[in-house]
Amino acid sequence: MGQTLAEQILSRGAGRAVRAGEQVVVDVDLAMMHDSISPSIIKVLHHEIGAERVWDATRIAVVIDHVAPAATVQTAGHQANLRAWVRQQGIRYFFDVGQGISHPVLVEHGLARPGMVIVGSDSHSTGYGAVAAFGTGMGTTDMALTLATGRTWLRVPETVRVLAQGQLAAGVSAKDLGLAVARRIGADGATYRAVEWHGLGALSIAERMTLATLSIEVGAKAGLVPAAGPGWQAHADARRLQAPGWLAVDPAATYVQTVTVDLTRLGPQISVPHQVDHVVDLHELGRVAVDVVYLGTCTNGHHEHLAAAAQVLRGRRIAPGVRLLVVPASAEALRRATADGTLGALLDAGATIGTPGCGACIGRHMGVLAPGEVCLFTGNRNFRGRMGSPDARIYLGSPEVAAATALAGYIAHPAEVLA
Amino acid sequence: MARIWRFGPNINTDQIVPGRYAPYMLPDEAALRNYPFIEARPEFAATVQPGDLIVAGANFGCGSSREYAPLALQLVGIGAIIAPSFARIFYRNALNLGIPLFEADLPAEVADGTAATLDIATGQLHTAGGLIALPPPPAFVREVWEAGGIVAYVRRHGRFPGQAAP
Repeated sequence: MGQTLAEQILSRGAGRAVRAGEQVVVDVDLAMMHDSISPSIIKVLHHEIGAERVWDATRIAVVIDHVAPAATVQTAGHQANLRAWVRQQGIRYFFDVGQGISHPVLVEHGLARPGMVIVGSDSHSTGYGAVAAFGTGMGTTDMALTLATGRTWLRVPETVRVLAQGQLAAGVSAKDLGLAVARRIGADGATYRAVEWHGLGALSIAERMTLATLSIEVGAKAGLVPAAGPGWQAHADARRLQAPGWLAVDPAATYVQTVTVDLTRLGPQISVPHQVDHVVDLHELGRVAVDVVYLGTCTNGHHEHLAAAAQVLRGRRIAPGVRLLVVPASAEALRRATADGTLGALLDAGATIGTPGCGACIGRHMGVLAPGEVCLFTGNRNFRGRMGSPDARIYLGSPEVAAATALAGYIAHPAEVLA
Repeated sequence: MARIWRFGPNINTDQIVPGRYAPYMLPDEAALRNYPFIEARPEFAATVQPGDLIVAGANFGCGSSREYAPLALQLVGIGAIIAPSFARIFYRNALNLGIPLFEADLPAEVADGTAATLDIATGQLHTAGGLIALPPPPAFVREVWEAGGIVAYVRRHGRFPGQAAP
C-alpha cells in the first residue's frame, strides 16, 4: 500500500507504519514557540503539568516575532521574561527581535528540514511544509505537553492533492494559485486533512511557503510541497541539506481528493472581505480604491516577493494618498533586498520599511487600520478586525498586485500599470 | 435554563477574541473574560450566563491557533458549543480545556435567545420545540471531558488518548 507524504512522516514519528484515520502518538523533531503565546505555554508547563525542564532544549526554537520590537511596557516585560527563560532552560535556538517571522527564519536557517515533525504555537506552522516537513499549529496546552514529553498525539490526516499543470503567466504567482484553491474547495475544504502541492518543482522555497502557509486557510493540518525540483535543490545546496531517502511522492498513495489547476489559465486572484475563500478574478472586482498596501508576512514577505514587487515599482512613484508598508518576513529577506537593489527601488517608489516580523498582520502595531480604511494585503487572512479596526476592509492579493495597486491607488493588475 | 447564542458559519478566532485582546496584550490577564465576541457581538460578554450554549454554523473557530479564544468562552462559563463542524485547532484546544463540543446541524428553530437545557452526559438537548439527541462524541473525547481537560487526563492515565497503556 502506498503512503502520502503525511503518512510517511507520521509513520517515522510513530515508529510503525500508520495510515490515514489512525490516532497516533509521534515524536516531535522540532517545537517552535513565539512571544505572543510563550508566557501561557511556560505557565502551563511549569504550573499545570509540573515539569521543571523542557524535554530537549536542542529541539526547541523560540522566536520573538509577533510584537517585535515591543510596542508596550506590557509586551516588553513578557519579552524580558522570555529571554530569561530561554537562558535558564538552555534553549538552543533563540531568534530575538528583528530576526523575522518564525516560519521563514527556521526554514532559512535550515532548522526545518524534509521529513521532520514540527509543531508550532502558530496556525501558520503549516509553512514548514515548504521544505516537506509535517508542520502543524497547536494551542498553548498542546505545546506545553510537547515541551514536557517530546511527543504529541494526533489523527493521521487524509490528503488532498493539488495538481498544478503548465506554467504561471507573467504577473501571476503562487499566491494566486493558493487563493484559487481556497476558492475551489472553501475555507474548510481540507479540515482534518493534509494538502500536497504537486507540479510545482520550479517554485522557489519562498513561493512554496506561500502555498504551505495558505494551507491552514482551507483548514489543513499540514501543507506539504515535495522536496524535489530546482526550487528545492537551490535551497538544499546552499545549506548542504539532503531529503531523507525514505521520503518521496509515492505513485501508489491514496488521495481523498485531487484538485487540478491549469496554471496557464490562472490570472490574479483577489480575496475580498471578510473571508479568505471569498475569491474573485481581479478583473471581476471593479474599481476598489485603497488607503494602504501592505507587503509582508510569512505568506508573501520573502526576498523573492519583495523583489517581484520592486520589479513593478522600479522607476515609478506610488499614488498620492497611498501608504505602502513593507515588512520583510526575515532579516535574511531584508539583507538580500539591500544587497540586490530591491530595497532601494522600494524606497525610491515611496515605501515605508518596518522591522522584520509579523507586523500589522495581527492588528497590534506597525500599521493597524483605521475605521473605513481599505487595505490590499499580501498576507493570509482578511477576517474582519484582523489588522485593526473591524470597520476596515482587507483584500488579499499577490506581491505583484500589491505593487501595481500602490502605483494605481486602486486594486490593479501589474499589466495595467506597466502598459 | 440556558440561553442559546446563535452564530452563523465560519466564525473565526479573530471574531471570538481579536488578537489585540490577547492575554499577551492585557495588563490584567483575567480581563480576558470581558472580551469574547467584543466586536462581533459586543453585548455577549456582559450578558452571557454560566451554562449558556453557543449554536453555530459550519467551520466554527477557523483561523488562528490561539487557545485564548476557547479559554475566553470557558471563563464566561459557556456550557457547550454545537456546530455542524469545527476548525481542527479550535476543536483540539477546546477539548484540551475540557469544553464540550457537539457536532450537529441544528434547525433554525433553535433560535438566538431561546431557552434550552443540555445534558452533557447524554447529549440530550431540550428546547421549546422538543428533544434533540446530539450525536455522541468518540469515547476518548468524553474521557477528556470527564477528566476536566487534557492535562488532567494525561496525569490520570499516564498517557495520551489513543496511546497504549504504559
